[in-house]
Amino acid sequence: MARQASPLRGCAMAERFLVEAVNDALRIEMERDPMVLVMGEDVGKLGGVFRATAGLQERFGADRCVDTPLAEAGILGTAVGLCMAGWRPVCEMQYDAFSYPALDQLINHVGRYRWRTRGKMSFPLTIRMPYGGGVRAPELHDDSPETYYVHTPGVKVAIPATPADAKGLLAAAIRDPDPVVILEPKLYYRAQKQDVPDGEHVVPLGEARVAREGSDVTLVAYGAMVPLCERAADALAGEASCEVLDLRSLKPLDEDALLASVGKTGRAVIVQEAPRVSGFGAEVAAVLAEKAIFDLRGPVLRVTGYDVPYPYWQIEDAYMPSVERVADAVRRVLAS
Amino acid sequence: MSQVLPAEGGLRRVIGDGSSAPDGEVDGLGSEELLALYRNLVLLRTYDERSVVYHRQGRIGTYAIFWDHEAMQVGSTFALEDHDWIFPSYRFSAIGLLRGMPVSTVLQWWRGHPAGWWNPEEYGVASICVPIGTHVPHAVGFAWGSKLKGEDRVAIAHFGDGATSEGSFHEGATFAGVMKAPVVLFCNNNHWAISTPVAEQTAAPTFADKAIGYGMPGVRVDGGDVLAVYDVTREAVARARAGEGPTFIEAVTYRAAPHATADDPSLYVDEERVAEARENECIGRYERYLTRLGVLTEERAAEIKQEALERMRAGIAEAEAEPPADVGLVFEHAYAEPPPGLSEDLAELRRILGE
Repeated sequence: MARQASPLRGCAMAERFLVEAVNDALRIEMERDPMVLVMGEDVGKLGGVFRATAGLQERFGADRCVDTPLAEAGILGTAVGLCMAGWRPVCEMQYDAFSYPALDQLINHVGRYRWRTRGKMSFPLTIRMPYGGGVRAPELHDDSPETYYVHTPGVKVAIPATPADAKGLLAAAIRDPDPVVILEPKLYYRAQKQDVPDGEHVVPLGEARVAREGSDVTLVAYGAMVPLCERAADALAGEASCEVLDLRSLKPLDEDALLASVGKTGRAVIVQEAPRVSGFGAEVAAVLAEKAIFDLRGPVLRVTGYDVPYPYWQIEDAYMPSVERVADAVRRVLAS
Repeated sequence: MSQVLPAEGGLRRVIGDGSSAPDGEVDGLGSEELLALYRNLVLLRTYDERSVVYHRQGRIGTYAIFWDHEAMQVGSTFALEDHDWIFPSYRFSAIGLLRGMPVSTVLQWWRGHPAGWWNPEEYGVASICVPIGTHVPHAVGFAWGSKLKGEDRVAIAHFGDGATSEGSFHEGATFAGVMKAPVVLFCNNNHWAISTPVAEQTAAPTFADKAIGYGMPGVRVDGGDVLAVYDVTREAVARARAGEGPTFIEAVTYRAAPHATADDPSLYVDEERVAEARENECIGRYERYLTRLGVLTEERAAEIKQEALERMRAGIAEAEAEPPADVGLVFEHAYAEPPPGLSEDLAELRRILGE
């Protein structure tokens, strides 16, 4: 593995794929806190279907990297009980849409139990899952379910776009006293190695990142839509100067960073892979309408998935936001 | 797996009928323990009957009645150590009274006052679970997690016959078996899930038969017999503590009261069975048993009932004397570290309310 010293951060770096950065975070957090426990389907001997948990069972034993029955509500439900017994479980949902059976536990209990005890008991559990499309997979291996999670009180949500953030946000989630859901863009699990800080690395929840500076329009994105927006910004070079804002955390949302960026550019295009109706982009648009309306020089536009089931993979590219669709939206808002 | 096949057919009973069916025996219960059980039964009965009255008087909200469900709560809890945890469904809302919880706390829960939401760690009693069966995995996870930590704790989850149709029950029981969790799955088959009878709930001959599929023993007990409930739970707890894993208990009763204060069972219930259940209700049976043993006199019984009534009077007075909750509590406790918007919402609300 290539290593280099970072002149900017003053800490050692290693080039890692995003999924390797996830693994690195899990290993370090399990070493740091003996109450951190990883559980899920195939996470032990196999190391996860994407190898996110590779080597953890060997290192920490079958009691701390637990292969569970194939039962998502059972995973999350027993994780609630594990919290009550003093553990800090990290639950893997094997794929985005496989997490739906666990919504019963999430909505009924995970987001409510702390409140139910009037703050006396903590439920510091983490749910992590690969999400999103573009990987030519069978049905229900492609969903972007973030809205279900964001809409659940008591639960925080973060979605990394880079290997370094995948590590840092996961570490923050595991250390957080509240339940946190982390969606990992599976399309970028092994797309490109990037610098990831060695050792402990925490990216606080609730802090957005300006992925690229620009002056004409802000492209608001998270997860797999961030690299897409960067490509769109490249494609628009010479035509429009695009700022790309990577939200990183959906709840808590870094409203200051959002308002600062849109205050500067006066225009916003929100890009999300999930279906449009009541998606997270609608929340971002509402915040802009409530708090930035007088900064806006054109309508807030959304580029999203459509309000249909995620399609047959031979034509999935037509569903996914593309460079062309983002560029079209930017041109429309600039022309308005 | 031979030890879990098949589920026991008959109902375990200790208390006889004073004539044709003789009383059985339970080890280790002297007259002091027998009277403690009685006192607890009376406390729960008084809680339940007074709550229905309080509801009619508009002093508590909708209330899930547990009349004739007292023996299961008292018998099973008596089989636990203080450090074991109880995971109740809403039907057993007042089970915390058996762990020293104030009457006013449970009344406040039914009054919708925040003071009714207790700290589970204080009593070893998890929060009341409203969505059916979804707390089964919590009890299993708690038991499994305690075992992983090398702690000697057992968990018991209480739920009804209808809960066994829920996915959460199935997933929780599956985990319990696989993880050999030190947990007792206590199913009260009272024959009704609101208006749905057991025949429309399952095609299994008994609920205890379901245990076989999870690799755990299933036991059937007369849920109106406090001593039999104590005895089977004690065996299950000993099994759990010995590292032998979970047990499923089916405690059989017949629901002789409405599901809740808003229910009208005359539309669906079998009145003959109800009359029979009322005739055979659990506290009367136990009183007759104690009288046969010479442990309880009418005077002592009257004193115990009077004590319970006084606790209830003091409890409702205490609950009603509590000042109304501050609206700030709407916003508190959902998060340890709340997203910033919540404090803005509270400030705005206070401004509008003129506070």
